[in-house]
Amino acid sequence: MSVANAAGMTLPAGSAVDPAADPAAAHGAAHHQDYEGDKTGMWLFLFTEFALFAALFVIYGVYRIIYTPEFHHAAANLNVAAGVTNTVILLTSSLTMVLAVNALQRGENRRSMALLWATMALALAFMVIKYFEWGAKFEHGLYPGSEHLLAMDGGEIVFFGLYFVMTGLHGIHVLLGVGAMLFLLPRIKSGRQSATNYTLTENVGLYWHLVDVIWIFLLPLFYLTN
Amino acid sequence: MLAVDTPGSVRPSPSFLQDAGGRSGIGAWIFSTDHKRIGLMYAAAMFTFFIVGMCLGLTMRLELMFPGEQFISAAAYNRIFTLHGVIMVFLFIVPGIPAVLGNFMLPLQLGAEDVSFPRLNLASWWIYMIGAAMALASLVVAGGVPDTGWTFYAPYSVRTDSSVSLAVMAAFVLGFSSILTGLNFITTIHRMRAKGMTFFRMPLFCWGLYATAWIQVIATPVVGITLVLLMLERTLGIGFFDPGKGGDPILYQHLFWIYSHPVVYVMILPAMGIISEILPAFARRTIFGYKAIAMSSMAIAAVGYLVWGHHMFTAGMSDTARWVFSLLTFLVAIPTGIKVFNWLATLYKGSIELSVPMLYAFAFIFLFSIGGLTGMVNGALSTDIHVHDTAYVVGHFHYTMFGGAGIGFFAGLHYWFPKITGRMYNDRRAKIALGLIFVGFNLLYFSMLIMGILGMPRRYADYLPEFQPFHMASTIGALILVPGLLLMLWNLLHSARTGAPAGPNPWRATTLEWQTASPPPLLNFEVAPEVTTGPYDFTHDPLLQENPA
Repeated sequence: MSVANAAGMTLPAGSAVDPAADPAAAHGAAHHQDYEGDKTGMWLFLFTEFALFAALFVIYGVYRIIYTPEFHHAAANLNVAAGVTNTVILLTSSLTMVLAVNALQRGENRRSMALLWATMALALAFMVIKYFEWGAKFEHGLYPGSEHLLAMDGGEIVFFGLYFVMTGLHGIHVLLGVGAMLFLLPRIKSGRQSATNYTLTENVGLYWHLVDVIWIFLLPLFYLTN
Repeated sequence: MLAVDTPGSVRPSPSFLQDAGGRSGIGAWIFSTDHKRIGLMYAAAMFTFFIVGMCLGLTMRLELMFPGEQFISAAAYNRIFTLHGVIMVFLFIVPGIPAVLGNFMLPLQLGAEDVSFPRLNLASWWIYMIGAAMALASLVVAGGVPDTGWTFYAPYSVRTDSSVSLAVMAAFVLGFSSILTGLNFITTIHRMRAKGMTFFRMPLFCWGLYATAWIQVIATPVVGITLVLLMLERTLGIGFFDPGKGGDPILYQHLFWIYSHPVVYVMILPAMGIISEILPAFARRTIFGYKAIAMSSMAIAAVGYLVWGHHMFTAGMSDTARWVFSLLTFLVAIPTGIKVFNWLATLYKGSIELSVPMLYAFAFIFLFSIGGLTGMVNGALSTDIHVHDTAYVVGHFHYTMFGGAGIGFFAGLHYWFPKITGRMYNDRRAKIALGLIFVGFNLLYFSMLIMGILGMPRRYADYLPEFQPFHMASTIGALILVPGLLLMLWNLLHSARTGAPAGPNPWRATTLEWQTASPPPLLNFEVAPEVTTGPYDFTHDPLLQENPA
């Protein structure tokens, strides 16, 4: 449910930056393209996303202070190699995203689309690794509410609870980012997004970097805690 | 009450009520991106919910008229006060003023043709309606209405079989609507102001909306994630709020109030903005201390973010945390006091016209002052221990939320009614309604303050016989208040069709929304306005020429 809602809000946010695309909108035609305004709106939206995760970081901080040894112990169960690989993948995808935006700004629409596909491929690779990581945890009986987990110390239960909630919510954001790129592609192909009108592409790029930045915090908090 | 003819009020373009921007039928409303139509759609939905919430409140009052069980069981009573709270808080008073009057008036007051993101604005309305549908669906699905109170405190909200998940989901969705509206308003205020309108030439209602929008953007995501966690707790048993799994139920309270305290300022700040519009218009002089009022809105928003702990003085916090939260709570009283004193100073030597909006504004100042001062009793550590979870707290927050935000909303509705509909409400009926509301309100909620001090707990379906006189008085107050509210709403609805034409500026007010036709044309202004003075400049008022204030 929360996915659908979050998706529902990214789309209008994205589409609102491009009012000329819908001539039927009462004010669409009369409404001036306002680059600064579109950017202001997008940054405010990104801020609310940060605030969403900030609450979780606060919860993490509180419980880590209370359960320092348990957190260290539980973190040993995480696969550092998988976490670091995913970090490299996501950072690379941010690079391809920057290049995609840049290509569009220089008017190379085809190149921009190819780079977006590359970004999505990297996002997919990230999710596949995530899938195997979570799968391995489930096989060891580590999932919220499992008997094995409930037999552990309170601090470790909380650690894994946070792990699944925070990486899960981040994963949802990765998928939303891919959805935003799929929404974007036909607009670049048809030329509606171009060297003169690239606000939507830039905003999708900003969203993707947010996904990246959040992961950069998740890596040390979970994988590198041991 | 005079319809003064403003030059340039010739109306070549049709009003927004006639010009649907190329759409027809119901689509002319539900798919319209016109901020004015969206505002009216919010109004229609919200006042429907308001009447539902009001009936629930009245049901509780009738049950409490006598000790013992009258006609609803204690379990049903729990569900009714929860639903009353959820509807009134999440569906009415939080989105209320910004979504209805803010949507309608913000672009007009700024001299813009719409908000920055008109389609996002429409999406916000749809998200609001989806959230509202989910909240109402919790009435009929298995498990029935939640019985936790509108705060959904863990651990009970994790355990109860009532449909908490759906209600919480609804609150989450409504939160998104609120965030998007806030985001839209901030961008609009930064980007869409008319030529010459600096920040300090904005009407104070815009300042109120600006501070409100920041709170919406900053605080709402926190409650969003908190409610998601509560749902995960119920479905997957994550354990963040469960001591058996290493969690802590107090954490839920902290997270909930980190949002839900700032959100009381979301309710009150726009109402304060409305009062700051009405007082200069009917005292016919500029507002006293414009910058102080504008900045105190921002100060309330900033400090209000740091006082959530005062809801939890008895919940288990360190003494240090308690006195820090208490101190910060008292600090909020300073900018609030600044506003009240500036309003009173505005009236001094003004040429006051006792119109209906002005009378509502006076009612606001009176009721909100009682609400604010009784809040100090809650903010002080020692006295809060005594009154915590009593009817006193219920009385206090109804004085601020209903007596403040609600009455402020009604004041704004009357003030801008001629602008929105192009017609004038029936003055006599409006005054009778206000009289009933004022008397009924005080009888209803002041009785709660007294019985709370005497020890009547809140959220109880039954009570000791010694509280009966107060409960009886309170219920009689409700029976006076409800007809007053209905009369007010009926008067507005009826006058929207039958009232006398109002003209563009019946109050001879100075802000930009009065410089265009009533109701305004689709794109608000025939010519993009240009601003050269502050918002409340009455030096050119024709009736004040011989006696300038």
